[in-house]
Amino acid sequence: MADFETPAFKPYPEIPPIEIGVMAHSKPYVAKPDIQEKVGFPGELIDNWKQVAIDKMGELVDNSRALRVFLDSCVKCGACTDKCHYYLGTSDPNNMPVARQDLFRSVYRRYYTVAGKYFPSLVGARDLGQEVLDEWYSYFHQCSQCRRCSVYCPYGIDTAEISMAAREILDCVGVGQKYCNEIIGKAQTIGNNLGLPEPALANTLEGLEEDIEEETGVTVRLPLDQKGADILLITPSADFFAEPHVDGLIGYAKVFHQAGLSWTISSYASEAANFGMFIGSYENMQVLARRIREAALELGVKRIVFGECGHAWRVAYNFLDTLAGPFDFLDPAYPMPQHICEVTYDLLQRNALKMDRSANDDMVLTLHDSCNIARASRMGNFEGGQFVIPREVIKASCNHFVDMPADTIREATFCCGGGGGLLTDDLVELRVKGSLPRMEALQQVVNDHEVTHMAAICAICKSQFSKILPYYGFEMDQVVSIHQLVSNAIQLGGEH
Amino acid sequence: MSLLTIIFALLFYFAAAVIIIGLVYRIRLYATTPTPLRIPTMPAPTTGAGVWRRMFFEITLFNSLFKSNKWIWLFGWVFHAALLLVLLRHLRYFTDPVWSWVALIQPLGAYAAFAMVAGLAGLWARRLLVDRVRYISSPSDHLMLALLIAIGITGLGMKYVAATDIVAVKAFFLGLMYFDWQPLPADPVLILHLLLVAMLMIIFPFSKLLHAPGVFFCPTRNQVDNAREKRHMPTGASPSLKQAG
Repeated sequence: MADFETPAFKPYPEIPPIEIGVMAHSKPYVAKPDIQEKVGFPGELIDNWKQVAIDKMGELVDNSRALRVFLDSCVKCGACTDKCHYYLGTSDPNNMPVARQDLFRSVYRRYYTVAGKYFPSLVGARDLGQEVLDEWYSYFHQCSQCRRCSVYCPYGIDTAEISMAAREILDCVGVGQKYCNEIIGKAQTIGNNLGLPEPALANTLEGLEEDIEEETGVTVRLPLDQKGADILLITPSADFFAEPHVDGLIGYAKVFHQAGLSWTISSYASEAANFGMFIGSYENMQVLARRIREAALELGVKRIVFGECGHAWRVAYNFLDTLAGPFDFLDPAYPMPQHICEVTYDLLQRNALKMDRSANDDMVLTLHDSCNIARASRMGNFEGGQFVIPREVIKASCNHFVDMPADTIREATFCCGGGGGLLTDDLVELRVKGSLPRMEALQQVVNDHEVTHMAAICAICKSQFSKILPYYGFEMDQVVSIHQLVSNAIQLGGEH
Repeated sequence: MSLLTIIFALLFYFAAAVIIIGLVYRIRLYATTPTPLRIPTMPAPTTGAGVWRRMFFEITLFNSLFKSNKWIWLFGWVFHAALLLVLLRHLRYFTDPVWSWVALIQPLGAYAAFAMVAGLAGLWARRLLVDRVRYISSPSDHLMLALLIAIGITGLGMKYVAATDIVAVKAFFLGLMYFDWQPLPADPVLILHLLLVAMLMIIFPFSKLLHAPGVFFCPTRNQVDNAREKRHMPTGASPSLKQAG
């Protein structure tokens, strides 16, 4: 265990008083030159970094209405100050969304506004210097881009946009984050974040087929690079090996099997997550998005379905068509893209799946709404479907489901603490502290309703909770995939 | 024509020019800056009409703020609603004859001034007393509240303590509008009130008061959630975005 204390649960959630600078030491590893250069950024801090950073800031603001409006609009009302899980878990005031924004805004004001140019101290404008750069590196890697603050801001200011811009500027002057940039490099050359090449992937999928057959006696295929399949499944690569992710993947396979749908995974685009978004890099995001289009064309599929992954679903739902479209070669009868929960939900609605809910009777379940599914995307054809559909799928798979307190779910959901490119061991203190609000909510339903397991719908949430739960006295396997529950309950065989 | 009248006439022409040109410039900038990606804060309306509804309640009732913090909402909403009434009440100084509905709300507007100052005082109290809000406050945030409260108090002063010659004030402003200058009463409270208002007008387009036009252009609030039905194409032109198209 690292050298910090896991925060204690409070009798009821309360807003901690500020403790200035207590998380200033939290910094992820800096990317080495080879990692940086692979994804198109300078290898190390460049000589004229100040000017480059200031120019880049101007360019970003000129190209983003969101940034421009957000930087002007904040009135420092304080509505967001108690909304960030990292503030609630660390008490560091720079983790209040407005203060995090101000690390960026103060520099913007200095160089791009009349007030900041002539009256810097009056309006809190600052020169860009090494100290500011260090603060940026620290605190813009303490934002998981979960958008909770944007729900509560009277002007809709989304700190995620500002974090992305700050990270983009950091990258452009040569100070990138190792975890994100290394992964982007792997995904761009090999096809997934884990760097799993085609033979290893084929081997893994075969192993899973054997596991399913052993357990159920039914042959369920997990096809790879199968040309002419109807559906291309794009799923986070953690689904191929991590627990409980892989149980979810088995669930998707069983659903496709039972519904008689023809599907395939692509080894070329074997990753749903798009870490290009975390670093605010349009270009990198686009490179990754285009691999999906290329794979879909190459395999000749009619539909694209995404597995359980939060930020990935945001990029897929809202950005994919813009970044890599048009996808007019797909079957227009289906949404592009579709979420696996939508597929399962539709099948359940049509009574096309036989479910034995009692298969999950050893669990009392609750659902952690993943931040980017809740606040950055949708499922289904109605407003708020992203809250209804996962719950309906869970309720169709088990007999015991209860929700956590209302101010911690749906659009008010807390981030797991590891989203937005922070799911790395060099940030474990931040991750533990940032998960405090979710852990408190979980503890409450454990106390009140004897909840035993929390379902999640995102690869990052699942990995994060597996790691964090033990710090708070839970077991690591108390987090489960939604399609793991489906997998347990679905009755294989019989008529298709 | 007194020197005071000349100075204030020029000051108000200047202030009006600054606020109008400044806001037009800023709003043009907002409108022409591209939106590279679709980023509504979900759950978001799936139709244009739904977005109009969302924006309407956001702007008239401060929906998001209500969800966020009841105290800020209370003080903030009372201040803004009262300010609106006070501004409408002041239309009588710029119209002749006074529109009947403006005449009708005159008594309301007088009470609104108290509510406005009370709301501002509440906001300022939070800024001073809540450690989180104190931490994020710059000197300009305090000065802005001071300025608005001073405007409110000098206005109330003329109504309830040291009455000024409002007929002459009205003649002065109508004179400005029709380029037929009339003398401004040399009344200290009035002079202070007008000076502060001119200051506010000049500061407006350079300050956080830009939240007023900004809220209408906020992509997280005014975008429709229909990414799968309609391909979002970035407006405007930047090198990286052109590639996308």
